[in-house]
Amino acid sequence: MSTVLSEPKLPAGVKLPIYMDNHATTPLDPRVLEAMLPFFTNKFGNAASRNHSFGWEAEKAVDLAREQIAKLIGATAKEIIFTSGATESNNLAIKGIGEMYRERGNHIITQVTEHKAVLDTCKRMEKMGYRVTYLPVNADGLIEMDDLKRAIDDKTILVSIMFANNEIGVIQPVAEIGKLCHEKGILFHTDAVQAVGKIPVDVNAMNIDVLSLSGHKIYGPKGVGALYVRRRNPRVQIAAQMDGGGHERGMRSGTLNVPGIVGLGAACEISRFEMDEEAAKLSAMRDRLKEKLESNLDFIHLNGSMEHHLPGNLNMSFIHVEGESLLMGINDIAVSSGSACTSATLEPSYVLKALGLGDDVAHSSIRFGLGRFNTQAEVDYVADKVIDVVQKLRELSPLYEMAKEGIDLTKVQWQAH
Amino acid sequence: MAYSDKVIEHYNNPRNVGQMDKNSTEVGTGLVGAPECGDVMRLQIKVNPETRVIEDAKFKTFGCGSAIASSSLATEWVKGKTVDEALEIKNTDIVKELALPPVKIHCSVLAEDAIRAAIGDWKKKNVADGQAVSTPVAVAAT
Repeated sequence: MSTVLSEPKLPAGVKLPIYMDNHATTPLDPRVLEAMLPFFTNKFGNAASRNHSFGWEAEKAVDLAREQIAKLIGATAKEIIFTSGATESNNLAIKGIGEMYRERGNHIITQVTEHKAVLDTCKRMEKMGYRVTYLPVNADGLIEMDDLKRAIDDKTILVSIMFANNEIGVIQPVAEIGKLCHEKGILFHTDAVQAVGKIPVDVNAMNIDVLSLSGHKIYGPKGVGALYVRRRNPRVQIAAQMDGGGHERGMRSGTLNVPGIVGLGAACEISRFEMDEEAAKLSAMRDRLKEKLESNLDFIHLNGSMEHHLPGNLNMSFIHVEGESLLMGINDIAVSSGSACTSATLEPSYVLKALGLGDDVAHSSIRFGLGRFNTQAEVDYVADKVIDVVQKLRELSPLYEMAKEGIDLTKVQWQAH
Repeated sequence: MAYSDKVIEHYNNPRNVGQMDKNSTEVGTGLVGAPECGDVMRLQIKVNPETRVIEDAKFKTFGCGSAIASSSLATEWVKGKTVDEALEIKNTDIVKELALPPVKIHCSVLAEDAIRAAIGDWKKKNVADGQAVSTPVAVAAT
């Protein structure tokens, strides 16, 4: 018999490591996996095979998924186009609309805290001769409607503004944007990856014309997403960006990823029934985490409007502590940081910088992303651990010591390197 | 990113954390880096005026684990050395000792800068001994 090492006792409901990075991806819900499994084995048909039962079976499953997704966002099944994920959906929406409506105009409006899948697509559009306006955000992370109104001109064909931000969880005034766009006869696309399944989304009430969503952010599988494309009032047309068999009403060729699509549909179905309760639970846990951190630590900064905020998101800067060193100290907890040291580009988060925060605040930021499978015991563990490590690192921080002594760090002549 | 065992060890048990009287003539203080760059190191040395041996060293660092480890190691290495010997410490020695990956080399550079700045500050305070002062010093302009 092997020796059993004594492990430090963890509270009930806590199993390490703790996953609290649900904006990056979410675990697959076991109910989703169950729905998907037959489509990897017995039900392997190609949904485009029209002449035998294998194809019909797959097509039927895809149609059900289309229905499930449509219901979650107030659309109809025919308005759902399957893609490989939200990056593809965003590319297809912006490039496909740009190409299709080129004769009407060449101006696109977006904003600075969009995901790179939108920003870099827009940069590509600029190279192709389109004009792009990148609206700023205020200190809360929200765009100003007046800025949007002023940016619109007679060449504007598309407004692409995300529903909720992946870093700071801030929810943009989507319904107002949609209303304005419809009044002006401009198409409105929204990257709703972080919003769908988490907060109510209704494409008709909010006047959304095109919407991107993803499977793996809502406890579904990776590698599958969808694009909602409005069919009536107005009928939106999108130029295909990939040539092939003309699947998905000619907008997106390629054999359908049937297991993935079944999973995406199942994930949407679960969200539709459980979203309200889940959002209330996540908000309560997020607030508990926030209050614990706020009451035990000084020099903290909340990033993004807390009023217009996703339930499971908390983005907080622990000033005078560098984010990567904090992550290193809490290495049994999976969260992420806006610190340059944790990014591939060695640049601090452009989203936090867009709020007007100094680089030092961005370097100190941690994004907590609570999700369906987190427990209150985990929240308490995370809060205690973060408080402990922040305090330890502040003992090591010359900046904290100087700030405590009342030195104005902005007046120090730093020797930048 | 995976950290080397030595970086983790210094991060968990940083050596010589603290502060010395920066106004003492025996103490040299180096404050290098900038908050907006994500790392600031303060390294202090206490030098015996007779032997020019660094008898004590303290640091505090705002930065990633590698920056903390680099400055912690720097305090260990300068202790017991004369100021001239300490100036021989190269960032590449720190990289090697801590097995720093390429993206973290700047942490070692900063630690070398901190040593030089601390020694420079000490020399500036002790110009009477005739030593030329060549190392630039960063001192908080409070």
